[in-house]
Amino acid sequence: MKIVVIGDGKVGYTLTEALSKEGHDILVIDNQKDVLERSEELLDVMVLNGNGASVDVQRQADVGASDLMIAVTSADELNLICCMVARKLGCRHTIARIRNPEYAQHLSLLREELGLSMTVNPESSAAWEIFRLLQYPSFLKRDAFAKGRVEIVEIPVAQDGRFDGLQLTDLYKTVKIRVLVCAVERGDEVFIPDGSFVLRGGDKIYVTAPTQDLVALIKSTSLDQVKIRSVMIVGGSRISVYLADMLLEAGIKVKLIDNDIEKCTELCQRLPRASVIHADGASISELNQAGITETDAVVTLTNIDEENLLISMYANHMHVPKVVTKVNRTEYNEIFRDKGIDCVVSPKLITCTDILRYVRAMQNRQGAGVITLHRMVDSKVEALEFRAAASTWYLGVPLMSIPLKKNLLIACITRNGKVLIPRGSDCITAGDSVVVVTTSDRSFRDLNDIFDEAPHFDAQV
Amino acid sequence: MNYRMIIRLLGTILRIVAVLMLPALLISVFQGESRAVYGFAITLGVIAVLSVLCLFAKPKRNTMYAREGYAVVGVAWILLSILGALPFYFSGAIPSFIDCLFETASGFTTTGASILTDVEAMPMGLLFWRSFTHWLGGMGVLVFMLAITPMAAGSGESLHIMRAESPGPQVSKLVPRTLKTAQILYTIYIGMTVLQIILMLLGGMPVFDSVITAFGTAGTGGFGIKADSMAGYSPYLQWVVAIFMALFGVNFAVYYLLLIKEVKKALFNEELRFYLGLMLLSATVIFLNIMPMFPGNAGDAIRHAFFQISSIMTTTGFATTDFNAWPEASRAILVMLMLVGASAGSTGGGIKCARILILLKSLRLQIRKMLHPNVVHLVRMDGETVEPETVNNALAFLVAYCAIAIGSILIVSFDGFSFETNLTSVFACLNNIGPGLGLVGPMGSYAGLSNLSKLVLTLDMLIGRLEIFPILILCVPSVWKRARA
Repeated sequence: MKIVVIGDGKVGYTLTEALSKEGHDILVIDNQKDVLERSEELLDVMVLNGNGASVDVQRQADVGASDLMIAVTSADELNLICCMVARKLGCRHTIARIRNPEYAQHLSLLREELGLSMTVNPESSAAWEIFRLLQYPSFLKRDAFAKGRVEIVEIPVAQDGRFDGLQLTDLYKTVKIRVLVCAVERGDEVFIPDGSFVLRGGDKIYVTAPTQDLVALIKSTSLDQVKIRSVMIVGGSRISVYLADMLLEAGIKVKLIDNDIEKCTELCQRLPRASVIHADGASISELNQAGITETDAVVTLTNIDEENLLISMYANHMHVPKVVTKVNRTEYNEIFRDKGIDCVVSPKLITCTDILRYVRAMQNRQGAGVITLHRMVDSKVEALEFRAAASTWYLGVPLMSIPLKKNLLIACITRNGKVLIPRGSDCITAGDSVVVVTTSDRSFRDLNDIFDEAPHFDAQV
Repeated sequence: MNYRMIIRLLGTILRIVAVLMLPALLISVFQGESRAVYGFAITLGVIAVLSVLCLFAKPKRNTMYAREGYAVVGVAWILLSILGALPFYFSGAIPSFIDCLFETASGFTTTGASILTDVEAMPMGLLFWRSFTHWLGGMGVLVFMLAITPMAAGSGESLHIMRAESPGPQVSKLVPRTLKTAQILYTIYIGMTVLQIILMLLGGMPVFDSVITAFGTAGTGGFGIKADSMAGYSPYLQWVVAIFMALFGVNFAVYYLLLIKEVKKALFNEELRFYLGLMLLSATVIFLNIMPMFPGNAGDAIRHAFFQISSIMTTTGFATTDFNAWPEASRAILVMLMLVGASAGSTGGGIKCARILILLKSLRLQIRKMLHPNVVHLVRMDGETVEPETVNNALAFLVAYCAIAIGSILIVSFDGFSFETNLTSVFACLNNIGPGLGLVGPMGSYAGLSNLSKLVLTLDMLIGRLEIFPILILCVPSVWKRARA
């Protein structure tokens, strides 16, 4: 597909890289030459220097004949104008980043007039993801499928814990609920395991489980179970506001720390129920004074990665039960994890995955397209949810006799609202929601992509 | 420096070259030229062994940066010249290896300078291979590789290769993917070549002649299969060749714009107007200058003037007449046009019209700046600002160009020929034209030069085709050292 990306910042670059890898023809527009040069040299894309909202520039970029236009400049208003112009020029799909809460709340009202197919809000998505992590602090990552009925959660395997040395076929005997390990991260490597796989201490496992069984899963894995009652948020960014709103709504106490007095006043106005503290979040004494030792969770959301990491390390050191770190430069993630910083949220990656899902769904209008897409383990593994259609192959054939591609797992099937952790004897029927876990380099677009070969005539009958 | 990656790419190029040698081999087989078949067979064996060796290099990283791009292009072209020379050597058609190397480099770089004194005695398979190297070298062997082998998806590394091999001060892609850009370029290239072959067949040229001539024209090379180049063909055929030479000297981006019906943008191209304007102006002046040589036959004078201008300016090097015998003013114009060369992004050589334009504009600005020290001004082309870096690069190019030309002229001078011969032989090789004036004129050959001169000129041809830097960079020791953090 022909895609035009306007804005070559953090999100723009990550998106361009991911979309280009999926085989799309990308043209990037930005008004700064140096960032464009970097994109041109490192990615196989075309670049255009200019104001993306101007009709002339969009005409030059041939946006009218493109399949999709994505506006991710730093200014919401500019993104909206980009979309309106693109729509006028004849581009059928437009995506805009809108992050000002004042616009974001009422966008559904204006979506038609502004010509938007989709809006993304990295900050609110990130806040939502952090909120979900705080609900079940035992998990390092949670991804929902099938309208929230199924989740894939990340669990660390403790040294000499119950899982250390466990073979996956024996998992049921240990946990007593039907769950499935769909990916294992060990050092730099990722495995999509089969039954004979043996877990080791230090592994991170990704477990598929029905949402209602999550509590039982925590109990059976004897993970520390804390209920988060108070959260300390360091840094008063946009995410902090979204997150504080959600937490307060859920009856959790929120303490916000920022070192800018004006910002603090503003936060105080917006969030009357939160306690706002004017302090330097990077200073140990001020953190102690603010009560870092008494809180159940610390979320670091300053705009500086280094500061977030330092504060998180200190919080870990003080044995705060749950620490969530926001990181913009994701390329260092593997190094942080060695240092105990394993619960990391990156707004740009979340946004990027959302848009990737939209793009894959766009390419598949008739068949069994992608409904949900989540990426895990530094985007090395992805979990996709498809809705099986009448055109899907091998309907009604037991899974064990279907030729599936290698390094791939059917993690879950949801039928009429009932969650099924599949066994070899189960089968897919039309209308099922199917969650597939696989490596990220394949970019599946249709459920049929997971099969190794088209069915022979007799297999269909 | 990512050596393994470079070696792996070289392996790919070797395999492609081996396949591309097959048509020439088949022609030799059908013509029953046993010596040539033997030459090709041994060469293919050598290439096979080398490419298998290249398979052993397993890159740890697939990343390539600008310097790997330059290095792979530089090394690949030297390797191509050596391997391409082997059929001539093993078949015994050209006994001296230096001569074989000169001839092949002259082919790939689309120079068309020859050391052969009797072209018509060569086996047909070798003649085909010699001209086919023009066609390949014109658009670029590595660009051909980019067009048919997808590189690691979603990376920009292929752009570095394309930048290093394609001529011109500013190389940019036509469409987002390098692969598709390369494919579009080759599609236009093949299309125009086929069109020319058809037009020449209609003019009654034999099939083999027309294919060879089309290869020479498309690559702006200039190898012919007749001792008198194009002089023996009918005026219609000469006009076809003259016009197609001019067309192949145009930036291919212009044709792409025409294909996607952006006619206005295509014709707005400043370089195109400069190129055509200069061509027509020089043709007119030469026409007036040589009129007295063709009493009562203005048509012939126009044809010869236009053909020679088109041939020299696009750096092809075909000839319909011995322009060595022309009046002094006409010869001077030809030498001047040798330096200018064709357009950027075409198959031609020379300094390139785009660079000349940038240099002239920057000169004008410098003069204005002397008069009004505080004036703020930028070099513009096609309504867009040319980055100061591009201007600097053009200046550096010119300096390096002059230095190399002067050095080469000095070395060639030791052979003891006239100054005219020395000067124009270097110009003709460095600008990838082929024939010069004096001893190396259109009816002469390079056979009389010493081995050292031939080697220097061979290097000049490579330097000229790759626009200096890819070859120059190979001589910088730090390129080959391991990067220190």
